[in-house]
Amino acid sequence: MPIFIDRRLNPKDKSLGNRQRFLKRAREELKRTIKEQVKAGKIADVDAEHSVPMPAKGTREPTFHPDRNSGERQYILPGNKEFTPGDRIPKPGSGGGDAGTGAGRDGADDDFRFVLSREEVLDLFFEDLELPDMVKLNLKEAVAYKPRRAGFATTGAPTNINIGRTMRNSYGRRIALHRPSKREVERLAEEIAQLEAEPNQQAVAQRLKALRQELERLERKRRRIPYVDPIDIRFNRFEQQPLPNASAVMFCLMDVSSSMGEREKDLAKRFFVLLHLFLKRRYDRIDIVFIRHTHEAREVDEETFFYSTQSGGTVVSTALEEMQRIIAERYPAREWNIYAAQASDGDNIAGDSERCAALLDSDLMRLCQYYAYVEIIDERETEIFGSTDNGTSLWRAYRTVGEAWPNFQMTRIARPADIYPVFRKLFSRQSATTQARD
Amino acid sequence: MTKGVGSDLLFSGSDWNFKTLARTYEAIEKIALEELRLDVYPNQLEIISSEQMLDAYSSVGMPLMYQHWSFGKRFAFEENLYRSGRRGLAYELVINSNPCIAYLMEENTMAMQALVTAHASFGHNHFFKNNYLFRQWTDAGSILAYMEFAKKYVSKCEERYGTAAVEAILDSAHALMDQGVFRYRRPPRLSSEKERERVRERLEYEEQTYNDLWRTLPPRADDGSSDTIEHEVSERKRKLNLPEENLLYFLEKNSLILEPWQRELLRIVRVVAQYFYPQRQTKVMNEGCATFVHYYIMNRLYDQGRIGEGAMLEILQSHTNVVFQPDFNDPRFPGINPYALGFALMQDIKRICDDPTAEDREWFPEIAGTGAWLDTLLDAWTNHRDESFILQYLSPSLIRSFRLFLLKDNSSESYCEVSSIHNERGYEAIRAALSRSYDIGASQPDIQVVDVDLLGDRHLRLQHNVKNGILLDEENRDATLRHVRRLWGYDVSLAGVDAETGSRLYECSAARSAD
Repeated sequence: MPIFIDRRLNPKDKSLGNRQRFLKRAREELKRTIKEQVKAGKIADVDAEHSVPMPAKGTREPTFHPDRNSGERQYILPGNKEFTPGDRIPKPGSGGGDAGTGAGRDGADDDFRFVLSREEVLDLFFEDLELPDMVKLNLKEAVAYKPRRAGFATTGAPTNINIGRTMRNSYGRRIALHRPSKREVERLAEEIAQLEAEPNQQAVAQRLKALRQELERLERKRRRIPYVDPIDIRFNRFEQQPLPNASAVMFCLMDVSSSMGEREKDLAKRFFVLLHLFLKRRYDRIDIVFIRHTHEAREVDEETFFYSTQSGGTVVSTALEEMQRIIAERYPAREWNIYAAQASDGDNIAGDSERCAALLDSDLMRLCQYYAYVEIIDERETEIFGSTDNGTSLWRAYRTVGEAWPNFQMTRIARPADIYPVFRKLFSRQSATTQARD
Repeated sequence: MTKGVGSDLLFSGSDWNFKTLARTYEAIEKIALEELRLDVYPNQLEIISSEQMLDAYSSVGMPLMYQHWSFGKRFAFEENLYRSGRRGLAYELVINSNPCIAYLMEENTMAMQALVTAHASFGHNHFFKNNYLFRQWTDAGSILAYMEFAKKYVSKCEERYGTAAVEAILDSAHALMDQGVFRYRRPPRLSSEKERERVRERLEYEEQTYNDLWRTLPPRADDGSSDTIEHEVSERKRKLNLPEENLLYFLEKNSLILEPWQRELLRIVRVVAQYFYPQRQTKVMNEGCATFVHYYIMNRLYDQGRIGEGAMLEILQSHTNVVFQPDFNDPRFPGINPYALGFALMQDIKRICDDPTAEDREWFPEIAGTGAWLDTLLDAWTNHRDESFILQYLSPSLIRSFRLFLLKDNSSESYCEVSSIHNERGYEAIRAALSRSYDIGASQPDIQVVDVDLLGDRHLRLQHNVKNGILLDEENRDATLRHVRRLWGYDVSLAGVDAETGSRLYECSAARSAD
């Protein structure tokens, strides 16, 4: 009789560790591949599996093996049809088609692709990006609590009485203090009743008297020693365990006035999608609020946000006010991590920029985890504005906010190719000083 | 055994359960042991799922393996082939261990499980237990325990010295895996006691033959010193047991820079390479033996009425797929199918023993017509490897039925030349050439450590004995040489020397600066 073992229920993914090692090894190359694929394709597609070619660098496994294009060999092949000795067969061009042993051993790896899971793709995509103060929020300022059982207490609400514990204490105490049991009392009462029924005799009367005294003593004792005493009572104790805040809301603010063309909108969209992806990876639940504005701001759905046009002037502060209103209404900062990204071409009605800065400074920045301002500029302007502090009134006003609040970031984008570097810059790992705080 | 035909079936339908598996196993075992006189390790059959089969693939078929990224790469590779439908998974996988572990896939039908049990648990198992190469080079009883040790040891090293450090050593060791096996039995190393004895004897001799007059001779600068140099060189080579073809062994024992744990890692890789070495030399025989055994047993079971016709048809169909040999110009042609060749060779031996033609009598006078096919096969399974087996038993009739032909390929010509075909004049040449193509020693580059001066510059000299002008792939050669250098710690050079003329064809080195 052989031994049969059913291994099907054994853990799978025995080679998961090996896969991770492999990915780690090929990390740089895979990262580059993913980056290129993202650049070429739609950004929304980032959030999916990717098929990538086998990385060649770093994962080569060299051995001493024969060079296929040297020396003299002999091959034995089956299936001769018309050859006779002395026949000459021209060699296939590349030499790859020869039927020798080991032929194609190298070629096999070259055109071979494998699939990276969504998680692996995002890991590569977001490597060493980190949302600012994330750790701080998760560990320090978590404001949601969940009660967790933590032993017993002598005080508490009646709903939390632990019956088992309480009765155990009560039982122990009753035994220790010799509280007469109910059965004992009843037996005595019964005996008395029996004696009373009997003819009245001297001996009986005496015995009856003694019994009555005994009964009364027992009953007194039972009254004195309660069945359940307050000192027996135990309550379930709960501790408030802080929960990392797992939901985030992302505000997308965009200027849709006529000065924002298709190009600008497209760039803004890409930035928003990237931010969304990034947040999605960090939080269980993410709400997105789209606020568009001209001279007045309105919350809209995604479709309208990106694709419908509206004309009008530009009053940026209206969007900020709208955001303020929505936060107050639906997203209390205690429960939500609030992120905001604002895209604009920098145009604003005169005098409003200062108001925007003031709004941010006084209220919004306190509520937000992070506020990114992206100014979309013309490609020709890159050279002018690339490094200078000059710019639109909004830019100048926001610069004061940026100086006051470390969680406010601003940057300029001119081309799609800029988005990713800018995104990385905005969300690059916090410097050592901020890291040290957590 | 001799009940009604209907009730005698081992199983019906395609679903299997452990009861039918056990019943079938026993029927197969009876035929294997009594009729085929097989001698097997106790069997352990494990049912696994397809994911687990992929896992097993990537850890080179071992149930336990240390962790390394290259296995992850292999897994990604295999998985991709499998998921894209370009390659199916094996029905079984068998491990040369005691007890002999065979993996059966859960999605096999019962008929397939029967086939696979006969193939793996009896065919391969018998071969593992009896073939001289396996007996000499592998220790089936301890391999699993050793792999468990290896796995733990590697992960312990990773914890202690970091994954990167361990990976670096394993990478280098893997690069030399093919050069990490002993091909021949080695003379036992002189024990230190014997070594001392020898030194003492020599001193004694020198003392006895001492003559003070020699001292007064003027030293002859030219040939005298070259004599001593030559003597020194040969002496130090002797001490290091050079030349040495097992590079991993040499590095493990003699590298001056390796820590003990690094040596142990080399040893682990070496042991694994050595463990698989017999399998690479007996691919045709091993598969042929297993295929022959399953074919025989399944037919016997069918004759006995224990397997239904439907099941037999399924078995025959997959048997036919296994032994399918596409022609050389078929797009599916991957080389000679070891299952097809091995099975055909063994069936042919049976035919020659039972029903020989005049030609067979001329070629195989010892076995033709004796009827002792089983003895012949059992003897062959025990005492041959692919190379010698083909040289001994490839018959003209088989060459004809495969329509084998011999193609000469000289890299300097723009054409290949057909030098022999399946005719009277070609049989010998084809047989010899086919046999040679299964000689691992001939098809793998012969690279040896030839010299190193441990007291001098410690320059490690390797020599590649170039046969038939076949050089090494240069890019790979240089990369591999850098791995050797990493393990050796000092300069390493490789010289290609033509095996016949002794002329130097190339020389390359991995110097310190290359790192």
